[in-house]
Amino acid sequence: MPTVISLEHLFMKFGERKILQDINFSVEEGEFIAILGPNGAGKSTLLKLLLGLYKPSSGKIFILGKEPRRGNSDIGYAPQHRMLEADLAIRARDVVGFGLDGNKWGIALPSKQRTQKIERVLREVGIFHIADMPVGKLSGGQQQLLLIAQALLTDPKILLLDEPLSNIDIAHGQKVISLLTKISRERKITILLVTHDINPLLSVVSRVVYLVHGQCVSGKPEEVITSEKLSRLYGTSIEVIKTKGRLFVIGEEAS
Amino acid sequence: MWALLHYSFIQNALLSSAFVAIVAAFAGYFLLIRRLTFAGHAISHIGFAGAAGAVWLGFDPVFGLLLFTILGGIGIGIWGNVLRERDVTIGIFLTLALSLGILFLFLYQGYAEQAYSILFGTILGINTQDVFITALLSIIVCGLLLVLFRPLLFASFDADVAEARGVPVRFLSIMLLLIIAVTVSLSVQVVGVLLIFTLLVGPVAGAMRLTQNPVVTILIAMVLGIFYSWTGILFAALTNLPVSFFIATLSFGVYLLIRMRELLI
Amino acid sequence: MIALLHHQFIQYAFLAGTIIAIMCAIVGYFVVLRSQAFAAESLSCVGFTGATGAAVIGISSLAGTFLFTLFVAVVMGLLGKKMKGRDIEIGLVLAFALGLGVLFLKLYTRNAAEAVGILFGSILSVTTYDVYVSAITGIAVLITLGILFRPLLFASFDADVAEARGVPVTFLGVAFMILLGITIAEAILVVGVLLVFALIVAPAAISQHLTNRPTTSIVLSVILGLLFTWGGMLLGLAFHVPVSFFIAAFASVTYLVTVSVLHYIKPHIYHSFEHPGKEL
Repeated sequence: MPTVISLEHLFMKFGERKILQDINFSVEEGEFIAILGPNGAGKSTLLKLLLGLYKPSSGKIFILGKEPRRGNSDIGYAPQHRMLEADLAIRARDVVGFGLDGNKWGIALPSKQRTQKIERVLREVGIFHIADMPVGKLSGGQQQLLLIAQALLTDPKILLLDEPLSNIDIAHGQKVISLLTKISRERKITILLVTHDINPLLSVVSRVVYLVHGQCVSGKPEEVITSEKLSRLYGTSIEVIKTKGRLFVIGEEAS
Repeated sequence: MWALLHYSFIQNALLSSAFVAIVAAFAGYFLLIRRLTFAGHAISHIGFAGAAGAVWLGFDPVFGLLLFTILGGIGIGIWGNVLRERDVTIGIFLTLALSLGILFLFLYQGYAEQAYSILFGTILGINTQDVFITALLSIIVCGLLLVLFRPLLFASFDADVAEARGVPVRFLSIMLLLIIAVTVSLSVQVVGVLLIFTLLVGPVAGAMRLTQNPVVTILIAMVLGIFYSWTGILFAALTNLPVSFFIATLSFGVYLLIRMRELLI
Repeated sequence: MIALLHHQFIQYAFLAGTIIAIMCAIVGYFVVLRSQAFAAESLSCVGFTGATGAAVIGISSLAGTFLFTLFVAVVMGLLGKKMKGRDIEIGLVLAFALGLGVLFLKLYTRNAAEAVGILFGSILSVTTYDVYVSAITGIAVLITLGILFRPLLFASFDADVAEARGVPVTFLGVAFMILLGITIAEAILVVGVLLVFALIVAPAAISQHLTNRPTTSIVLSVILGLLFTWGGMLLGLAFHVPVSFFIAAFASVTYLVTVSVLHYIKPHIYHSFEHPGKEL
């Protein structure tokens, strides 16, 4: 399998604040990776570096063999979701359409081909029935699916998702996860997904990247999420409890 | 009533207000979806100082308006991001601008009449040269908005993703403030500094309640804007009451009707 | 210059200006604390309709302003949280109120100067009646505020916790809006509809940048309010320029200078680590 993303000795600082320190890992094509870690560990910053929105302070990033750059249509991105305002007057299909050509100048001329592309993605994600609803009226889960549909429109090779599972209930979360597994299999897309909670994803991810205080370990979930590895990473005693196929990290937020 | 249409001052007023209504609806749409209404309000007040300054120095107020609104737009674009508590800061700038305006007008003779007309509009006193300037600027602004349309819409709804897709988000937000600045300058001639909301926000706010499609929203808003200003001008000419009163009443009344219709359905 | 101060109308102006400045600074403290700057501005716009409407039905302009600002203040207070994020609706109502004001002006006023007086203040033409009214209302507002002080402060900082502790948050909201309405009607007398920000928001905003202690902040805000008002009146008289110009210019320049200097001295207060790339 070819390598699609590689990070070499990556450092990132904002002013005095060190966000990432010496991050090294690489991702192969078709992998489904969960990026884990406590608040403020630098997870979202890592995604923005991959998108080329920030420049690393030092170190190298390669995406599909090149340095990251803005506007790379090989990468689909769905940001950390916030509830849209209820009276936002725009339809779901307009929002998805941004994914196709929102970065081009001028008005989008109505064309059959454009409509078909948009509708195909809406069907693939399973939200075709809400295409003409105002986005503000959609539920959190539907809005999340909408963002994923938008990210898929350019036929990306890599999908970066920032907390797609927060703010939605378990049933919708399962829907998003099975959708993601389906597209990663059918389209051979590499997925990097930032999350707080690994449990719903345990059976589907190929590896996890665990970020703490700007440093990381990566590997299979059962190898990384262990008391020993996390204690070393946090620099304090951390306990991982495994029960009924679920993992619980104790002492994480206190550190 | 139809005889009114033969007067050249009425023709001038109808013509330029139509241009203004179109631009105001177009720019107002973006003002609304980006939640910049307070900034629009602020820019118009800053324009007051500019217009007053121009009157004092003996220039056409339109040039003073344009200069100050554009500077104000750039200022808000740069400072707005840096400062917290934006409302208070903008409010303070407004106060400073208004007080400068009143100083300039005081220095000029005929203080009160000029202040009155800048604050509440002078569409019936508009001359052919003003119509020409208005038309020209309106066409430029509309052209610019057409070119920027898609990325601007994208950036307005989801700045993060737009930036990741290579849309120059920061450039667009400054451009939009410039466009709003010019639009405000044009609208001030019709409804005055204090009633800028009636043309810039009113028609779009109403149209948004009727449809979700951005292009249709803007078109409806343009039609509404032209309807408000033409009706306002004709009523004002017939009754000899202020134009801006009629436009404000229509703008508010139609919006109210649209909201009531929602309640009934 | 000094001789001017012997004129009775100027003494009245100073008396009224002083009372109103104190009142505005104290009420303004809560306006800034509760982030109600926009509400203050709205009330003053409505005051314009009141003042011009009063002329049409033949009552004093101060009385008209009172009636209108009070009415709208109660409505705004009752709507309370529902007002949040409704700038568009508020903006349209305000535009309509101003439009009505223009109509009233046209229907009644003798000249444009009167309109400009309402918009930009006319402190030098206050009457004995105005002085009495502002003294009485000023004292009443301050006493009421004294009674409400602690729960209002609590509710302004954290409405949810205050409510849980049994503070009547909605009642306080309405009561405060009424006080604000009265204060704004008075402020319009000094600086006019368009410049009330200078007396109500600016002193309080400056002092809240300088100190976090409520009492110190209120005292400082009163001192600043008085300095702006007195300075504005003296310079206005000396140079024969509108008083409200000087008051507003002092207030806004002081605010901008204070904020800029603080930015320079204590940048950490303002740059509490924010991700770059956040747009308007």
